[in-house]
Formats: sequence, structure tokens, C-alpha cells
Amino acid sequence: MKKAAAVTVGGIACLIPVGAGVGVLLDPLRRQSVSSAPVRVTTLEALPADGIPRKFTIIADRSDAWNKYPSTAIGAVYLRRTSDEIQALNMACPHAGCFIDFLPAREAFFCPCHNSAFALTGAVADPNSPSPRPMDSLPVEIRNGNEVWVVFQNFRAGTAQKIPMA
Amino acid sequence: MKIVYWLDQRTGCKKIARDALYENVPGGARWRYVWGSTLVFTLFIQFITGLFLWMGYAPSATSAWESVNYIQHEMQGGWLLRGLHHFTAHAMTVLLVLHLMQVVIDGAYKAPREINFWFGILLLLLVLALSLTGYLLPWDQKGYWATKVTTSLISQVPLVGPQLQRIIVGGADYGHHTLTRFFALHAGVIPAAIVILLVGHIYLFRRHGLTPKQPLRRRDQPFWPEQVLKDSVACLAVLATVLFLIILPRLLNPDAPLGASLGAPADPADSYSAARPEWYFLFLFQFLKYFPGEAEVWGAIGVPSVVIAFIFLMPFLGQWKLGHRFNVAVLFGLLGGAVMLTYLAVAEDRANPVYQAAVRVAEEQSRRVRALAQAPTGIPREGALHLLKTDPLTQGPMLFAKHCASCHRYDGHNGLGLQVEDPQTAADLKGFASREWIAGLLDPNKIKTPHYFGGTKFESGKMVRYVTRDVAEFSPEERAQLQKVIMALSAEANLPTQQVMDAQDAALIAEGRTLAREEIACTDCHQFRQLDETASAPDLTGYGSRQWLIDFIADPTVERFYGRKNDRMPAFGKQAILTETEIGLIADWIREDWYRPPQTAPAR
Repeated sequence: MKKAAAVTVGGIACLIPVGAGVGVLLDPLRRQSVSSAPVRVTTLEALPADGIPRKFTIIADRSDAWNKYPSTAIGAVYLRRTSDEIQALNMACPHAGCFIDFLPAREAFFCPCHNSAFALTGAVADPNSPSPRPMDSLPVEIRNGNEVWVVFQNFRAGTAQKIPMA
Repeated sequence: MKIVYWLDQRTGCKKIARDALYENVPGGARWRYVWGSTLVFTLFIQFITGLFLWMGYAPSATSAWESVNYIQHEMQGGWLLRGLHHFTAHAMTVLLVLHLMQVVIDGAYKAPREINFWFGILLLLLVLALSLTGYLLPWDQKGYWATKVTTSLISQVPLVGPQLQRIIVGGADYGHHTLTRFFALHAGVIPAAIVILLVGHIYLFRRHGLTPKQPLRRRDQPFWPEQVLKDSVACLAVLATVLFLIILPRLLNPDAPLGASLGAPADPADSYSAARPEWYFLFLFQFLKYFPGEAEVWGAIGVPSVVIAFIFLMPFLGQWKLGHRFNVAVLFGLLGGAVMLTYLAVAEDRANPVYQAAVRVAEEQSRRVRALAQAPTGIPREGALHLLKTDPLTQGPMLFAKHCASCHRYDGHNGLGLQVEDPQTAADLKGFASREWIAGLLDPNKIKTPHYFGGTKFESGKMVRYVTRDVAEFSPEERAQLQKVIMALSAEANLPTQQVMDAQDAALIAEGRTLAREEIACTDCHQFRQLDETASAPDLTGYGSRQWLIDFIADPTVERFYGRKNDRMPAFGKQAILTETEIGLIADWIREDWYRPPQTAPAR
């Protein structure tokens, strides 16, 4: 009886501080990620309809723990305008999150980290590519006649499905 | 000696010292027994240097880089302290591998030393974890992007991967809490675990004694002083190597900073194509390239786990006949494979021009941000990244390459030093509004070249006609007048690169202003320093000045500039292609109006 009491009392005494620590440790699990509201990225004038991808920074409000940063860079996309559509691709590689380069000479995307290769459309260009899925496309809207808006979102790396970072 | 007796009576310190110093070394002291001691020594260096670095380090996204930069470049001996910490980490990895090889080759993992072997393997893994967490702490581009890859691999862990990643990163994305957490791991959790395991490791080592190399060559000796001397010499050699590595960058390049490098501050929105892990993780980095698609989990988690599990099982495998040889063979195979993969990674990068270019840009930015941080204005509250983001010398070329270089050139290239495939169809803006540039514009042999109006519709305009017909016929006296007008016009720009000349030539410039209205008669078409509603050509008042350029880039189609005669130049401001800040950066860059560090001795 005394043994059981000693273990219980001592256990509780140790568990409470450890528990408080673990609570804070796990706090990030209940945080919401960056919102996925549409962001104004550029105008049609800055985006010639030549099918060549151009790099644009996504500027939106961002909070980082105790700081709020209004209008700051939260990511980057490639916008590619052809005669009939505008395509937005997240620059982050679906393999491990490096930013993908566009190589004009090869007219293709190429990740500088582990050599994932993608076609102009963002499709995986080489079956031996490490990337498990195509580059992550993002919804594009044209507003007020000439403004290009993108619903920016990051996705989990390394999975065949496109799973948003919630 | 009374005090020693007094202490010993109460603590038993004499026995502790005796046990520590007079441990038996079978077969006498030998050089091959030094590896364990060198590892304890390197760990001692890391604890000491780490503790002092801690006193200067501030983990947050807007202070980590800044504080490391301050330690490295401003604090007395900071380069040495940080260099010691950085390169000792490298030395430690090498020594760990040597220690492991020796233990396996000598069969020191066999019974009854299995548990101590496992302690050793855990220590090896923890030291690698220290390297990994430490790599991020300076929050420079290299550490940021390389660690981003590592943490995104954590999400591949079966079942709990994504949650685990979130807990380690401290949120969905990198930020303050990534640093606070990595720092807590690096300076608290992992070192504490290492100390506990090391105490166990040394205790078990003493309990079983060292595994002597047979046959014994001499009589047994106590640890003190023979082996201690050998160990000390080995430790000093390790330290000498580390010190050599600290000064090596300076030996290779007299302008390089001493000690560990510090890249440009992490920029979450700017790609970094030269992201590589520390050299001793390159084999894992290279390994990942061979796993297509969803097989990645095998490259990132599966195979490394199997290898570690195998190493843990070595003591049992070693019990069988041939088992020990098998262990040695596999270990050499693994190390050979790692060396091979490292070689492949390095060879691929050497042959990759995109990577080489990215490294050059990274080094350039690192130098630039250091200069800006040392400028009288220093680092603002927003952090050092802000310095680069508002620096015309850094941003100008990138903006120019993206928005201007499809028509214009800068010294023949796209601003970033690359040739452009499309033909040049607008002026080369290197030195725009300088005396030399304007003199070229007014040179009958040059104005029609692509360097000026060659590729534009102004090629057949009034200005070209004036220069090729009238200026070409100028008398020597008129030429001298034109020189003064050029000075006067260039002085409108108030270029920082011409300040001294402009001040010296004030009288000639004043004369030139009058000539521009009278003999040379620029004002027949242009407005110049006086309101002129009949002007039909771009305003020359303040020509090439910051405001003139900003207004021009914002909208060249207004009456003050080209009006309806504008060729193809977009109204970058009016059409919201560029922000005001971006236009300002381009204007400053074209005017070469950026911070220039004073010429002094190379910084540390």
C-alpha cells in the first residue's frame, strides 16, 4: 500500500511539470496555417502570352508566432500565360520543398536539389524523377479586367497526392 | 597536504583520481588507443565554444542571422570562437567514423561490451543530430534551404510523419519557433542526452577495460602518464587541424573572411539553387536522387533505418564464425558507398553551371550584406534581409533582367551578366545620363546603333535626324559648345559617380545650360529648366535624376516624356507592373546610386 502510494505521489509530482512542457511542445499541432485566400499577384500587362514561365513573389499578410507581418513575401509562383490560359505553379518542389528553377535553354523546370525534372506544364518530365507528383498548380482568377489573382497554398512534400498543409 | 586529506575523508576524491589515472592499459600505451580521448576532447571544445556562442546568439527569424553576423564580424575573436565550433564539428564526425571503424575491426563490440557499443552508436547519431540542428541556427540561405529539405523528409516517417514535422518545425512553416526549437534541441536536449550516454559509455568502458590489440607488445602500463601523453598529443593535433581549417579560407583567398562562412540571410521567398547539406551528409543527399516518386520514403527513412538496425545487431552477428568478418566487410562496404555517393554529389555539382552560378550569386550576396551591415546605418529592426531587399545593387539587376532586358541591355547583358537571346531593341542603360553616355547619344556614328535608338522607332525620328545631319556638320567651335551642353545635361542627373566632376566643372555647366537654350538649341523641341508648353520631346529638366527616372519608368506616355510617340515601353507604374519601391530600386541601380563600403583592410 505504502509502495503504491509512494509511486503514485512521486509519479504525479513528476508528471505535472513534464505534462505542462509537452502541452506547449505540441502547440503547433493546433495552429492554423497561412490562409488560402486569393492574392493579387500581378497584372496581365506584366505577363506576356508567350508561354514562358515567370517568377512572382506572393505578397500577403503573414503571422509568425509573436509577429504579424503585413504584406510580406510568403512564397513564390511561376505564372505562365499562353494564348488561352494562365497557369500558376507553386515554386516549391513536391519532392522535398526546394524552389524549382526554370531553365530557359531547356524550356523545362528543374529542381536544383535532387534533379526532379518537370515539363513546362508542371508535369513530371522523367519517370526516374524523385518527385512523386507534378508541380503543384494553383487556382488563378482574373479580376477587374487585368488583375491576376492566385489562391496560394503549400502542399505536403513527398506524397503522390496533393495534400494541403493545413 | 592536510587539505587533501580533509577533502578525501569527506569525498573519497583520492580514490576517484587514482581510479581515473591508474587504469590498467594492457600491453602498454599505444597510439591506436587515442581515438576515444580525442572525441571527449572535441566534445569538450564544443561545449565550451557553444556556451560562449550562446552568450551572443539570439534565436528568432529576425535576429538569428544578425546575432551570428555580429559574433562573426564584430565581436573580438568571434571568428575564432565560431570557427572552432564549426570545424570541430567536422573533425568530430571524422573522428567518430574512425572510432567506429576501430571498434568494429578490433571486435570491441563483442560480448560483454554490446551495451557499450550501442551507447556509442547512439552517441554517433546524437552528434549527427547536433550537426543537423546546428546547421540551421545561423539562419542563412544555405542552412535554411538545406534544413527545409531535411524537415520535409521527416513527414515521410510512417503514421506520425506530418505531425512530427510540425512539432519540430514549430508550426506549418519555418519561422521564429523553428529556431527556438532547433536551438533548444541543439544546446539543451541533445547535449544533455550526450552527457548521460557519455557517462554511461565511459563507465562501461572502464568496467570492461579497453580491448587490447593482440599480441601485447610490452608490459602493461597505467593510463597515467604514458597514455595520457599520447592522448594529449593527439588532441593537440586535432586542434591544430581545426585551427588550420579556420585560417584556410584566408590562405586560399586573401579577401575571404576567416573561419566558418556565413551566407546571406534566409529568404523564404527567394530560391536558393545552391542549397546543399554539410559535406558529411552529402551522401544521403545524393542517395535521395535515386528514389523516384513515392519510393522516396525508402531513400529517406527505410534504407537508413535498416543500416542503423544492422549496426545495432553487429554484436550478435559477430558471435558466429565469419560473422565478425561479415560485419567488417559490410561496414567497409557502407563507408565505401558513402564515399562514392559523396564523390558523385560533388562531381555533379562541379559539372553543373546552374549550381556554380547559384554559388557565385550566394557568395556575392553574402559579401554585399556584410558590407551593408557594416555601413553606418547598420541593420534595421526588420532584420538584415531588409538590407538586401532595399539594396539597389542587389535588387536592380534582378528587376532589370525580369522586366527590362527583353528590350534593353545593361553593358550588353541582361543585368545579371547573362546574354539575352532576343535581339536588343532598346538602349543600353549602363551609365545612363553620364557624360559618356550622352556623348554617345549625340555622336552621329553611334545614335543609330542598338546601343541607343537603333532598335526603336525613334531610329527615324527627329533626334536621330538632328544628330546625323546637323551635329555631323558641326564646326570645331560648335563641337566645343556641344561638350558643355553634354556636361550641363549630365549634371541634371546629379549622378553620385559624377559628383566631383560636376562640382569642378560648375562654370562650364552653367555655360552649357545657356548654350542648350541658345546656340545648340535643345529647347527647340525639349523643355529644359523653364516651363515650355510647346515642347514636343522628352523633358530634359532633371534628366536622369532619380525622380525623372522614376516618373519616366512609371509612365513614359505622359506629355512630359514621349506622350503618344512612346514606342513599346510599358507604363510600369501606371499599369501596376512594378511597385513604387521596385521602380525606385531600378532607378537607383541605373544611376549607380548604392552604398559603397569604404576601402579598408579585408574584414574578418
